[in-house]
Amino acid sequence: MPELIPTAFFFFAASLVLLAVPQGKARGALLLAVPLAAAWQVWSLPLGTFAQVEFFGFSLDLMRVDKLSRVFGLIFCLAAFLGNLYAWHVRDTVQQVAALLYAGSAIGAVFAGDLITLFFYWEGTAIASVFLIWARGTEGAYATGMRYLIIQIGSGVILLAGAILYHTETGSFAFEQMVLGSPATWLIFLSFGIKCAFPLLHNWLQDSYPAATVTGTVILSAFTTKLAVYALARGFAGTEILIYIGAVMTLFPIFFAEIENDLRRVLAYSLNNQLGFMVVGIGVGTEMALNGTASHAFAHILYKALLFMSVGAVLFRTGTSKASELGGLYRTMPLTTIFCLVGAASISAFPLFSGFVTKSLILDETAAEHYPVIWAVLVFASAGVLSHSGIKIPFFTFFAHDSGMRPKEAPTHMLLAMGLTAFLCVFIGVYPDPLYALLPYPVEFHPYTMSHVVGQLQLLCFALLAFGVLMRTGIHPPEIRAINLDTDWTYRRMAPSVIAIMAVGVSRIWTRWTRFGSSTITRMISGLYHSTGPEGRFAQTWPTGAMVLWIAILLGVTLILNFASHG
Amino acid sequence: MATELTPHAAMSLTEQLPVLQVLVPFMAAPLIVFLGSRGLAWILAFGTSAAAFVIAALLLGQVLDGSVISYHIGGWAPPLGIEYRIDAANAFVLLLVSGISAIVLPYARESVASEIPRRHHTLFYACYMLCLTGLLGVVATGDAFNVFVFLEISSLSTYVLIAQGSHRDKRALTAAYDYLIMGTIGATFFVIGLGMLYMATGTLNMADLADRIADQGANRTVVAAFGFIIVGMGLKAALYPLHLWLPNAYTYAPSVVTSFLAATATKVAIYVLLRFMFSVFQPTFLFEGNTLEFLIIPLAVLAMFAASVIAIFQTDMKRLLAYSSIAQIGYMLLGIGMLSQTGLTAAIVHLFNHGITKAALFMGVGALVFRAGGSFFDRIQGMGKTMPWTSAAIVLGGLSLIGVPGTAGFVSKWYLVQGALEKGWWPVAVLIVASSLLAVIYVWHIVETLYLKTPAKDIAVGEVPNSMLIPIWIMALACIYFGLATDITLGAAQAAAKGLLAGSSGMLH
Repeated sequence: MPELIPTAFFFFAASLVLLAVPQGKARGALLLAVPLAAAWQVWSLPLGTFAQVEFFGFSLDLMRVDKLSRVFGLIFCLAAFLGNLYAWHVRDTVQQVAALLYAGSAIGAVFAGDLITLFFYWEGTAIASVFLIWARGTEGAYATGMRYLIIQIGSGVILLAGAILYHTETGSFAFEQMVLGSPATWLIFLSFGIKCAFPLLHNWLQDSYPAATVTGTVILSAFTTKLAVYALARGFAGTEILIYIGAVMTLFPIFFAEIENDLRRVLAYSLNNQLGFMVVGIGVGTEMALNGTASHAFAHILYKALLFMSVGAVLFRTGTSKASELGGLYRTMPLTTIFCLVGAASISAFPLFSGFVTKSLILDETAAEHYPVIWAVLVFASAGVLSHSGIKIPFFTFFAHDSGMRPKEAPTHMLLAMGLTAFLCVFIGVYPDPLYALLPYPVEFHPYTMSHVVGQLQLLCFALLAFGVLMRTGIHPPEIRAINLDTDWTYRRMAPSVIAIMAVGVSRIWTRWTRFGSSTITRMISGLYHSTGPEGRFAQTWPTGAMVLWIAILLGVTLILNFASHG
Repeated sequence: MATELTPHAAMSLTEQLPVLQVLVPFMAAPLIVFLGSRGLAWILAFGTSAAAFVIAALLLGQVLDGSVISYHIGGWAPPLGIEYRIDAANAFVLLLVSGISAIVLPYARESVASEIPRRHHTLFYACYMLCLTGLLGVVATGDAFNVFVFLEISSLSTYVLIAQGSHRDKRALTAAYDYLIMGTIGATFFVIGLGMLYMATGTLNMADLADRIADQGANRTVVAAFGFIIVGMGLKAALYPLHLWLPNAYTYAPSVVTSFLAATATKVAIYVLLRFMFSVFQPTFLFEGNTLEFLIIPLAVLAMFAASVIAIFQTDMKRLLAYSSIAQIGYMLLGIGMLSQTGLTAAIVHLFNHGITKAALFMGVGALVFRAGGSFFDRIQGMGKTMPWTSAAIVLGGLSLIGVPGTAGFVSKWYLVQGALEKGWWPVAVLIVASSLLAVIYVWHIVETLYLKTPAKDIAVGEVPNSMLIPIWIMALACIYFGLATDITLGAAQAAAKGLLAGSSGMLH
């Protein structure tokens, strides 16, 4: 019986029912119950394909349950539950409906067995999620939302184009493993890439996530990009170019995150960087690497949500998420501090936290498949993650210099949501076997070996040290010169400053490039306006004589063409 | 295939349907004038349109299997007598024209009352009936000269109808005048083309023409006739850049007239183009000539982009939609230019789907004008709040205009893209999608104006009367319905495309 209804429909039905339920506890309970019911259904479904419908003479598979889609489906349900719990206090129907539709579309997309269904849900996520950005109600959020919407819809349109071409090529819409090569697959790949925030296609992410509401960002962070990761893992596993794309993704956001002041934007950059790890895993494409990607996505959704929740709670209480304005909040928000630290430890892959048991899968597999350079890049990026997400976020928010603010602790439901998420992060870190059992392929992996733990700790300790030095030098510039520099210290000090210089350079080039781009576009549009605007040459009312002239010209051309071709 | 032919032995009413299709509205027009009553005028007009719609539906039912009805007026056998010839292609267009008319007329009652002075009402409806007669006649007839006659009937009444907008905006007079000049030149070109054909073949019956042209091959006279007919009809169809009459005509005509004409008049012209290209001249004639490849397709693509870009910058919603119509005609001509089963199907389906979409949109604007008194964006902004139902219908129509999946517009664009891909025209397929993105921009412009701005202060608040709202919603829901249930539209279009591609063998007699 339960397999008759596609999981996504739970969410869609609930969003309708929601309108009939008054605001308050009943509605909150409904918002929590739906993801749980959906999770139960996903959990209890046997593997297989259900709910096939006919459309346009094509058969659509609305529910393709296999081990890969199941693990993503489950974590999406879980994320929807945690996000809704965190948003218990929200009394805005638009946001509530949008969150349900968004989660439902994402889950529907994960279970889509063909490209047409995928396309519908793909656009569904785009349209539903933009309301979470618009809900903030500011002029800036409106503009951001528009940009976000255009890019996301664009991605869907490209997907549709790719799907059509794919159909003419292969005669099938089935969403299975594809091989990059034809225009069809490139278009589909590009569409996934936009949603996955590939380098140079990534700007929508840092633009929009920090612009959403406190609770909206938490929900946004879970679905869109991970849906893209799933789609890539389904369609393009083992595509080598993904390894290099992923490696670049892990690297470049670090520089931006390092110099960014808005903590939610820092988190958006680090999200981009974490996606890089998953993309590398997909690129490597072995069973173990895909396991790594799936499990890392699972863990990542949790700890990234946790970090967004804790920064969101601070934003909720203080009204700002700027590093420069915060500090010293641990005094009055001790629990939020602890949860934030758990999230930070997880994203930095400290042993005993979730990131550790999942990221090492990918790292090991990269080494085992002989990509030493990529491996080194990933290790370097891991250190970068620690620096900007692991340390910078909690340090500037809760410690650092005292901002003088004494906000109240976060509301109970937020603490509950954070506590639950933090518990899961630790649980997975300590006891990864249940997660491993969910993965697409059988897992023979022991994260807690001596070499893993020691290696990771070494990395983390040095990164901590580097941060300490940077902070001290940052605060007390004169003192640096007095420090007697060992070679090791030079390296530790040089690395951060090289990063800083590169970051400035990269951002300068970036700004110039975007400025050039936007001015070119502005000039183009004003040119078009000049010619085709209401006053323009093309849109004016023409004198009758000119219209007649066109008839004469066209008649002449037609006659010449015909005489020429018919001899 | 068109193998079965119903001979003329019209004894029952059913067998008189082809002539009744045209005769009923034709008789209604003078009757309205003679009776001279405003109330009766509307009732007669509506009743006539409804009857025409029923007749068209019955006719389509008879020919959907690919058969052809040949009706001999007055029992005179063609080629001497005038023949009405109904096959899937024109039955489908008849259904569109009469259907749109039957739905627009209930809407017309209030809208006409608010836009046109009372003393003109009876004559308005009489003209409307003549226009309907002309459009139906052009489509139903199988006689080339008859096409010209009905074309003139519809054109002359159209000029009058457009000029009726002058009670609201005097520019309607110049718009009607321009259209008169242009339309007359177009019709003259068309009749010159017919004259040449007559000179070369000595007949005016289409089926007969087709045979004789096929026999004697392409000589200078026939080729010149082809050029004149294409350009003349291209003008009526608003083929870019012969579209210059259209924006003003649609903008300044009364809302009812715009809704009716936008959905039917250009579509009928496209039908005539199809009929002459494929049935009178032959597909092989088209393959040999380069007109489609070097003239129609480039102009179609140009229209898709240029007109869409112009639409983006418009500040008057009616004008915006007018330019969007020009762009959409580009899609139809592109489909025709593909000269393939899929391409023709796309063109014919788009002809229908765009007809209902534009009817929904223009009726929606008309409703806004009814309350706001104008269609400029600064007049209608924020009306999403004061007129939620009308605005929602406009949004649905807009989605169909873009071609969002699940709407009628998607079906035709889907086939168009498929047609391009079948031919291996990658860039064209990309251009189709890209120009749809331009439609996203101008439709968004409308949505933004309606929903995200505050209304002007002096505007009468409230929805339009139900007699206007219900027709708008019928059209809006039709856009969704025909996006999901494609059996009727696609079935008819495929049958029509097949018949057309068969050339004169599709015109058995």
